[in-house]
Amino acid sequence: MRVNIEVNGEQRVADTVWEGESLLYVLRERLGLPGSKNACEQGECGSCTVYLDDVAVCACLVAAGQAEGRSVRTVEGLADGDRLDPMQQAFVEAGAVQCGFCTPGLIVAAHDLVRRNPRPSDLEIRESLAGNLCRCTGYEKILDAVRLAAERMGASGGTA
Amino acid sequence: MTRSSTERADTTAGIGGSPIRPDGALKVKGEFAYSSDLWAEDMLWGATLRSPHPHARITAVRIGKALALPGVHAVLTHDDVPGRNRFGLEHADQPVLAEDVVRYQGEPVAVVAADHPETARRAAALIEVDYDVLDPVTDPETALADGTPALHPDGNLVRHVRIRRGDPEPAAPVVVTGEYTVGMQDQAFLGPESGMAVPAEDGGVDLYVATQWLHVDQRQIAESLGVPQEKVRITLAGVGGAFGAREDLSMQVHACMLAMHTGKPVKFVYGREESFFGHVHRHPAVMRYEHGATEDGRLVYVRARILLDGGAYASTTSAVVGNAATLGVGPYEVPNAHVDAFGLYTNNPPCGAMRGFGAVQACFGYESQMDKLAAALGMDPVDLRVRNAVREGSTMPTGQVIDSAAPVAELLRLVRDKPMPAPVGDAEGVADPRELPGGVSNTTRGEGVRRGVGYGVGIKNVAFSEGFDDYSTARVRLEVIGGEPVVSVHTAAAEVGQGLVTLQAQIARTELGVHQVTILPADTAVGSAGSSSASRQSYVTGGAVKAACEAVRAEVLAIAADVLPAGGELYLNGGKVIASTGEAVADVAALLGDRVVEHTVEWRHRPTQPLDPATGQGNAHVQYAFAAHRAVVDVDTELGLVRVVELACAQDVGRALNPQAVVGQIQGGSAQGLGLAVMEEIQVVGGKVVNPSFTDYLIPTILDMPPMPIDVLELADPHAPYGLRGVGEPPTISATPAIVAAVRAATGAALTRIPIRPEHVVFTTVEDGGHSS
Repeated sequence: MRVNIEVNGEQRVADTVWEGESLLYVLRERLGLPGSKNACEQGECGSCTVYLDDVAVCACLVAAGQAEGRSVRTVEGLADGDRLDPMQQAFVEAGAVQCGFCTPGLIVAAHDLVRRNPRPSDLEIRESLAGNLCRCTGYEKILDAVRLAAERMGASGGTA
Repeated sequence: MTRSSTERADTTAGIGGSPIRPDGALKVKGEFAYSSDLWAEDMLWGATLRSPHPHARITAVRIGKALALPGVHAVLTHDDVPGRNRFGLEHADQPVLAEDVVRYQGEPVAVVAADHPETARRAAALIEVDYDVLDPVTDPETALADGTPALHPDGNLVRHVRIRRGDPEPAAPVVVTGEYTVGMQDQAFLGPESGMAVPAEDGGVDLYVATQWLHVDQRQIAESLGVPQEKVRITLAGVGGAFGAREDLSMQVHACMLAMHTGKPVKFVYGREESFFGHVHRHPAVMRYEHGATEDGRLVYVRARILLDGGAYASTTSAVVGNAATLGVGPYEVPNAHVDAFGLYTNNPPCGAMRGFGAVQACFGYESQMDKLAAALGMDPVDLRVRNAVREGSTMPTGQVIDSAAPVAELLRLVRDKPMPAPVGDAEGVADPRELPGGVSNTTRGEGVRRGVGYGVGIKNVAFSEGFDDYSTARVRLEVIGGEPVVSVHTAAAEVGQGLVTLQAQIARTELGVHQVTILPADTAVGSAGSSSASRQSYVTGGAVKAACEAVRAEVLAIAADVLPAGGELYLNGGKVIASTGEAVADVAALLGDRVVEHTVEWRHRPTQPLDPATGQGNAHVQYAFAAHRAVVDVDTELGLVRVVELACAQDVGRALNPQAVVGQIQGGSAQGLGLAVMEEIQVVGGKVVNPSFTDYLIPTILDMPPMPIDVLELADPHAPYGLRGVGEPPTISATPAIVAAVRAATGAALTRIPIRPEHVVFTTVEDGGHSS
């Protein structure tokens, strides 16, 4: 089948899509956007988190056909060219990135959190990111990164 | 350690700083190419057919239906393995594809290449295999017993290490015994096994793969492909975590075979379920300990018997047994030690390397015993540990004298003296459910919740031991590009997330006083770096990069000395040659012109010795590392739910070359120790894994992890580059017993098995020494 999706502001078409393919597979293997990661294929790890019509979802749990005519924003769509989004910048500076495989999903999830809740408490950060597994950091520096980004975005009036 | 001669360069982002990781921006933008992100024109997807049985004889394999499926390009079995159908890190005992017998559930039997991953999976499912199912050997004690069928030609014993020191029949006034069990932990890296093999015109293959040790892969792949080693060229693809699970081969030979057979690039990406079958796990253990002490709390003797289940193939079991034995009494002075550690073949999943590597299992045993001994003596558990702690100059049960800092007592005092976390809840004692055991499941309002505090301290060897020729190779090149001096560093060392790429650049900046440093991709075009394991890469590859930089620097300074007025020692800083007066006397760029200075150095740490086979005596380890934890937990004693409130750690790192990365390693390592204490276990029933998914195998989430205050000591090891001490593993070792001790303190439950399950907390028996609420 053919699937039409707006991805990171651009109309994209994927052809010869098998009905069983997920949005994640189409993004990674057909549209050249491997930033969203595949680590569990069952919505447990959050590594494939993307915005679907502005709602953060696990792209592995969305059938490609369900994304027809909708808008998707992936981790590749957050930076403005070489200028990182404040959440991306904070992750790098705070040491929240080790192997980095969980990072794209965590960044989209944290980006979504701070957009909804500009000054989250630690408990709110923990609850919001509980669907994103990280095996390297023990999460302390991820908390640092989200606090740092929230502080900076609050100071600058936030970004979309 | 001579900080003065090599570290005068004050170029920013050198060692001791925490510069931004060079791969950081790519990783946060989603542009870093992991092994699962590779793509090539016309590539095929691989899939693996695995045995559903833990032990069976294969009587027939029929591939016709699979081959007939449209889109399938190849179906290969053991008949198609061009070279030796065996691989293995220490013993080549594992088939690339099973021949007549399968020895574990998940053992690869056949591989497929097709034009779509789903087609490849469906084709694998169409392969018909006839099995005569055999009884599996699933218990290591049974595997060791006389009369049990041998799973391999040399029997079921992979290795037995004996440590014999002091009086063989010692006696002591206070004796405690215990039996302890460790479940099978998974490394659970997030980036599953994956890579792409591209056939080359010279009859060889180029492999892009996530691994821990490129050259040991290369050697094994070449043997199984039946080609010379130089025909297998490996480039490290982006690695999504490792923790030991990428030391053994997974899809490497399969992808190369299919690529060479089809003439097309072949990519494999395991799914999560397959990943649980695609790599080795941490050895489960059953351990019996007896500790004897004087009435004032001095250890007189330790007897230990440690049984490690190696599963179907040897992998690194031999070395794991060596660690469990030599580190089996912990960081304590024990005049009389009698330790037997065994590694066995069974039909359980193969076990091998995981962070902590044999030291984790033993630490749960000896630290549980130290708490039990403290209780028997009526002593404070930290005081008992401090009284018996090793220090520099202490003798290990192997006879090896610890010849650098061993601040075990200080680490324990540091975590003990940290302020305690506040009780949960507000002034009225009303707590947010997220702060209580059970969390947002809202299982308690605080009734039945008790707090406990526990301690653990551990010991780990750094780098490879027992006489292994452990080295790394670095090529460092200094040249002028665009009028600026630029350094490039080339090694085959695997960046697995730990930050080795950052560190290599820091070392080059410090040694050569040049800001611009490029770390070239790790590949087999340069000599072996050894494995990214055993907490060894900062030490060994760091040492190699440092040594190669020193060779480059010596040549640059010799060039400078030829053209400059004689007198005084020179060094490099800020792209200049600096005289001993501190004056810049030449510009490196001007001095070199188009001259390129390049040196390749193979660097080794001090040699170690094998253990005496009868007594286990010998200087087997190059360096010891230590960490201590204090855990504070809240336990719902009615439901057996545990919440770790705080996990404090103190660790000596010799010298923190990158303080941010050091703390990141300690926190991440502690998290894996927490997982083993309270949640993580591959459950194996009759040789079959019953929970191969992230739904059923739970690793800590951000809600499970507590704040982790860290104290880093920097007591230089004079034998190591910059005085550093390996960092990655010690925090994984001591976190687990500290948490278990805290749960015991909260509940009185005996808790002799990890991970702790709710029923162990709630249904503990009085004769276990626990409470019965």
